[in-house]
Amino acid sequence: MTPHIARRVRVALMTIVMFGVVVAFLAPLAQMTLTSLKSERQISQARSPLLPSDPRGYTYQGQRYDVYLVPVDGTVRELALVKKGRTESGFVDPAEPEKGVITWRGSWRGLQPSWTLAPRWSNYSDVWNLIDFPRLLFNTVAIALIGTLGTVLSCTLVAYGFARFRFPGRGPLFTLLIATIFLPVTVTLIPTYTVFAKIGWVGTWLPLLVPTFFANAYNVFLLRQYFMTIPREMDEAAAIDGAGPLRTLRSVIVPQAWPAIAAVILFNFVYTWNDYFTPLVYLSGQPDLQPLQVGLAAFNGLYTHNPAYIQAGTMMTIAVPVLLFVCFQRTFVRGIMSTGVDK
Amino acid sequence: MTAVPIRRRAPMSRMARREARHGFLFVLPWIIGFLAFTAIPMVATFVFTFLNITLSESEPLRFVGLENYQRLFGDRQAWASLWVTARFALLWLPVVVALPFLLAVAVNSRYVRGGGLLRVLLFMPYVVPFVAGALIWQNMLVDDGWIDSALRRIGVAHPPSWLNDPTWVIPGLVLIGLWGLGSGIIINLAGLRGIPTHLYDAARLDGAGWWRRLRHVTIPMMSPVLFYTMILAVVDVMQYFLVPLVLFDGSGDPGGATRFFNLYLYQTFFTFQEMSYGSTLAWLLFVITLVVTLLLFRLSRHWVHYTSER
Repeated sequence: MTPHIARRVRVALMTIVMFGVVVAFLAPLAQMTLTSLKSERQISQARSPLLPSDPRGYTYQGQRYDVYLVPVDGTVRELALVKKGRTESGFVDPAEPEKGVITWRGSWRGLQPSWTLAPRWSNYSDVWNLIDFPRLLFNTVAIALIGTLGTVLSCTLVAYGFARFRFPGRGPLFTLLIATIFLPVTVTLIPTYTVFAKIGWVGTWLPLLVPTFFANAYNVFLLRQYFMTIPREMDEAAAIDGAGPLRTLRSVIVPQAWPAIAAVILFNFVYTWNDYFTPLVYLSGQPDLQPLQVGLAAFNGLYTHNPAYIQAGTMMTIAVPVLLFVCFQRTFVRGIMSTGVDK
Repeated sequence: MTAVPIRRRAPMSRMARREARHGFLFVLPWIIGFLAFTAIPMVATFVFTFLNITLSESEPLRFVGLENYQRLFGDRQAWASLWVTARFALLWLPVVVALPFLLAVAVNSRYVRGGGLLRVLLFMPYVVPFVAGALIWQNMLVDDGWIDSALRRIGVAHPPSWLNDPTWVIPGLVLIGLWGLGSGIIINLAGLRGIPTHLYDAARLDGAGWWRRLRHVTIPMMSPVLFYTMILAVVDVMQYFLVPLVLFDGSGDPGGATRFFNLYLYQTFFTFQEMSYGSTLAWLLFVITLVVTLLLFRLSRHWVHYTSER
């Protein structure tokens, strides 16, 4: 083999292996989609097909019967089971019903139904009603929007302060800010919860929303890094025109830093959408106020017997973040890159 | 990173005072938030450990000295749950540090086509809410899920019962955790792109093969990124319990194998509303995390190389 061909073979092999890894990595999404469209009966049946299916039915004398694959004299025939028995059962051949009931010896429970493709879209509408999806969706969107507003406002102001102004203690304060990334939330949780309980905030959205207006390390860091790349001459030009710091922020920095602000909006929206622990702790016992993730976890506890419902509900809660990701994957990737590395 | 030249404390000019005042005002929201939601609660957690606070206030508030600590030392359930967390951490930490690195190296390889698409697809599950992710994987890990079906097909007669077997549930949780690795992959990729190519060219001239280039160029150059992911992973893994909370409803099933330390802590303060004892557990968790982190910082001197370019 010439080196040229050897290289091509290597490229082909490595690429195939990597895409194989990705297919395996994403396979759970495929199983979720297929399971969400199955019937409860199909899921409980061993050796049922991969795709959502129902047993084929046959109407005989006004009654609907399931069609089974029945081995008869060395061939497999598709027969409708009309009379169930322990040791022998009665079947009718849909092709020649006039021949009447055929008696077959053996246990019908060991037979496979004759499956036909039948995605059960109604699982989605069932779940929509069972978990009161519109209410959960409204709560989630409202919490995510208000929380994102708070985060963007506060983090922009704080990042601007750290990026553009010299003041005593700025260095240590910024280090302290970054250090909070590494602080386990557990160590602040209990007194915070106790205080929120004492002032009557537990059972309301306030504990989820109020803290967002006080900035957080990740987003301040991301924005500050971006603000630092904007040339100072632009601020100074605005200052000469008589703009105060707030107007400079609004008319110079924010328009320039739009990509970073967009990243913060997206990250925070998805983060809030996906958050489970905070709403679980502060909104337990208030199903009317809970967001999707809390509702979904509770739904999982109630409907363990029907995995199709669980998976349909899951699909309904991931649709928005996944769509946002598909539309804005560049912003997501760049955002992670700028917070993760420059440290 | 914030290389502000240290200036002597000369009296500030009026302009400088104005600038300082503005700067301070802009960062004030964070300072207030830091005091209200981080600093004061942290101190309060410590103070709580010497009191007898319960949310129901069944007893009058009093100073109890070291009673909570005494209870902690005799609390078998606490130490057993700490062991559950430690066992999980031992399996999870190597995965969460090494796998994103290896995947990033593979995606970045010049022998792999479609790196951009691979990057997006590997990162995608990162936006899936973890409750949803846990439920999706639960469907994958049940006895007739795809994983066991695939194992049976390749000849494993009795594949593990991932979610019902106390031994296999820990590797099962590691599998569920894989969907959270997306950001690690992106961070590693960004790090790899930052390695100057001339280092590889020089290594090639010296006749270094693939393995030696990885060992002597890539890993040393990537050590700050690996260290960063490791520290974050330690902080996270010590607090791990939400996935089993969703899957097993806090029961610790199967057979107590998922009774993680933080689950015990959560039940102490949330279910039983014992704020003081919960704080004692939280403080223990914090001290252990801090000690492990400091130890890793100490060890990092031997293997983490910071380039002096910055």
